[in-house]
Amino acid sequence: MQFQGAIDCDIHPAVPDMRALLPYMDEYWREHLITRGTERLTLHMTSFPPNAPLNVRADYRPKSGLPGGDLAQLTAQALDPFGTRYAICNVVHAAQVMFNEDMAAVLCRAVNDWVAKEWLDHDPRLRASIMVPTQSPQQAADEIARRAADPRFVQVLMLANTEMPAGRRYFWPIYEAAQRFGLPVGLHAGSSYRFAPSNAGWPSYFIEEYASNAPAFKQELLSLITEGVFQKFPDLKVVLIEAGFAWLPGYCWRIDKIWRGVRREVPWVKDAPSEIIRRHVRFTLQPADAPPDPKQMERVIDQIGCDDLILFSTDYPHWQFDGANPFPGGFPEHLKQKVMIDNPLATYARLNEPARSKQEEMV
Amino acid sequence: MNVHTRAADLTEARSAAKAGIIDCDIHPSLKSKADLKPFLSERWWKHYDTYGSLVRQPLSTYLPYPRMQPDTARRDAWPPGGGPPASDLTFMREQHLDANNIIHGILHPLRIGGYDQRNLDFGAALCGAINDWQLHAWAEPEPRLKASIYIPQDFPEAAAAEIERRASDPHFVQITTASFASEPLGHRRYWPVFAAAQAADIAIGMHIGGYSGQAITAGGWPSFYYEHHYANSPAIEAVVTSLVMEGVFERFPRLRIVLVEAGFVWVPSLCWRLDRLWERMRDEVPHLTRPPSEYIRQNIWYTTQPIEEPANPDHLKETIDWIGWDRLLFSTDYPHWDYDDPNYAFKFKMSAEQREGLFRGNAAHVFRLAQE
Repeated sequence: MQFQGAIDCDIHPAVPDMRALLPYMDEYWREHLITRGTERLTLHMTSFPPNAPLNVRADYRPKSGLPGGDLAQLTAQALDPFGTRYAICNVVHAAQVMFNEDMAAVLCRAVNDWVAKEWLDHDPRLRASIMVPTQSPQQAADEIARRAADPRFVQVLMLANTEMPAGRRYFWPIYEAAQRFGLPVGLHAGSSYRFAPSNAGWPSYFIEEYASNAPAFKQELLSLITEGVFQKFPDLKVVLIEAGFAWLPGYCWRIDKIWRGVRREVPWVKDAPSEIIRRHVRFTLQPADAPPDPKQMERVIDQIGCDDLILFSTDYPHWQFDGANPFPGGFPEHLKQKVMIDNPLATYARLNEPARSKQEEMV
Repeated sequence: MNVHTRAADLTEARSAAKAGIIDCDIHPSLKSKADLKPFLSERWWKHYDTYGSLVRQPLSTYLPYPRMQPDTARRDAWPPGGGPPASDLTFMREQHLDANNIIHGILHPLRIGGYDQRNLDFGAALCGAINDWQLHAWAEPEPRLKASIYIPQDFPEAAAAEIERRASDPHFVQITTASFASEPLGHRRYWPVFAAAQAADIAIGMHIGGYSGQAITAGGWPSFYYEHHYANSPAIEAVVTSLVMEGVFERFPRLRIVLVEAGFVWVPSLCWRLDRLWERMRDEVPHLTRPPSEYIRQNIWYTTQPIEEPANPDHLKETIDWIGWDRLLFSTDYPHWDYDDPNYAFKFKMSAEQREGLFRGNAAHVFRLAQE
């Protein structure tokens, strides 16, 4: 399904290993990380076992190396088939889970610089998110200020579940910086395991843990609302990446109803939470959690009642759909153009600006 | 909390009430903890009185999210003769059972701390006392009220023994556990409870709450009671996922699990998600022989309170169509503040059959209750 000018809001280039990042840090850290043997460690996040079927679609599996590690393969499989004009690289990396906040900050900087040089410089369709160390909101804000100078970085990227619920004031320096530079904040599925990755505790299976991303996101979104993030930062947009969206109608009914009963606890939340979501929060298309009956998907979209919320994503190289049609059965035709193009352009302000990348200047 | 009401539905709901209602969630209170004294040995009473309740949270009877109302209760539920809401049977009869034509009401004592005591032996003794108290204070004097078998859920041997001791007493119609447990409730440490429940052909009512020692969200501890109130619903989603993926319903196919006060509109999207994931990764859970949604459809029921209130009530109705009208059990949550009044809770039209099932028939089936 080609949409000339499509904007893919979630693809995952893979960092091969620590050795790829060493050139992007100073002498102290290079020596420090080598001395500690980190370049020989596999730092795969438990949340994303690289060989699990969900994490690599069979035809996206590379001949060697990590899924999503090969630029030529990624452009041929993730960009060309969909008529993609821009695709946003969201790197998921161990930098986000380290306990040493300085190490986390160094690794995030290295990943961001690596993405710019190894990916963005090589294909003018690629854009990226600024990975930030949520372990240190001040260093995260500094990194946003540093990388925001490059207009190809269009978003701030956090893991969904980190040090504490996402709305807590601890994180506000990140949101302040994001708003200052006109960048949405993307919360990507995953956990740094400071807490069990499901509300019920530690699950036994990966399939369970992945399923529990949806309930985890529901709670993170409620935290952003209750803490007053969108009152404090009225221009801020938050994108829930890989969260699903089929749960949205029932979720809104529930949190609106509780709000009516307890709103004097959070008097700064002056509008119904579902209204705040419509103004400030967006959701990537995959995983679409497609119901068995296409009519049910139609009904879900109708119940959501707002055409602005969903942003096209392939989640490449993850296995969320087969073939080249990313839309679940029953997804309304009239919405597809909005989801593929208009909604992403309205969300990511920087995609409307000329990107003065080195690559494009050279061209 | 039922703000908007459509007059047309009142007559329908009242006709349901005329035939009698089964209320699957009523919260009786102790007048004081001394109510339990007659049912504890001298050793355990002394222990309780001296050391109190040791749970996995900083306050001994609830998380540090003060409620928005005294005792979490309706303002009008304080008995005129004194004592906390729902501690006086006479007033409960008058205000709730008689007024709403409740033919059966299922008791869920909360906040006594029996489920999840860190001292397992004391937990077992306390659960036994709570069960005796339910009989003595409520179910024996008032035959409409049915008791729940309280169990020390982290002490499965004692829990199974308590189930065996009580299950043949018709005053008890279900086992009850809290949704927040030390581990997700599908884990094998809880299987002796499931085995005992299936053997006794008795339902398990998993009521929201409990103190697991884990943060109540996957992102940590939230700030507000608002978030705590909401957290019960996603936590139950995770519990259902655990029960299914661990193979509990494969091993105990006749188990009847009732999720109490956890909502239900999340069920369709959870089923869709689990089925899609299972298509891709069934090799991780080879003990499952069917799509996850089929186990959920077969083994799980939901109480209705707090009912959802979408702007368009038909959105709720179609969601129930997807879940199955035979899965919903009416509940009020008396005497709590977010109580659902059977006359006002549902703002869409139901068929006579749907109404009968929701207010009465489904619960009669799950709890093996007579419908007179």
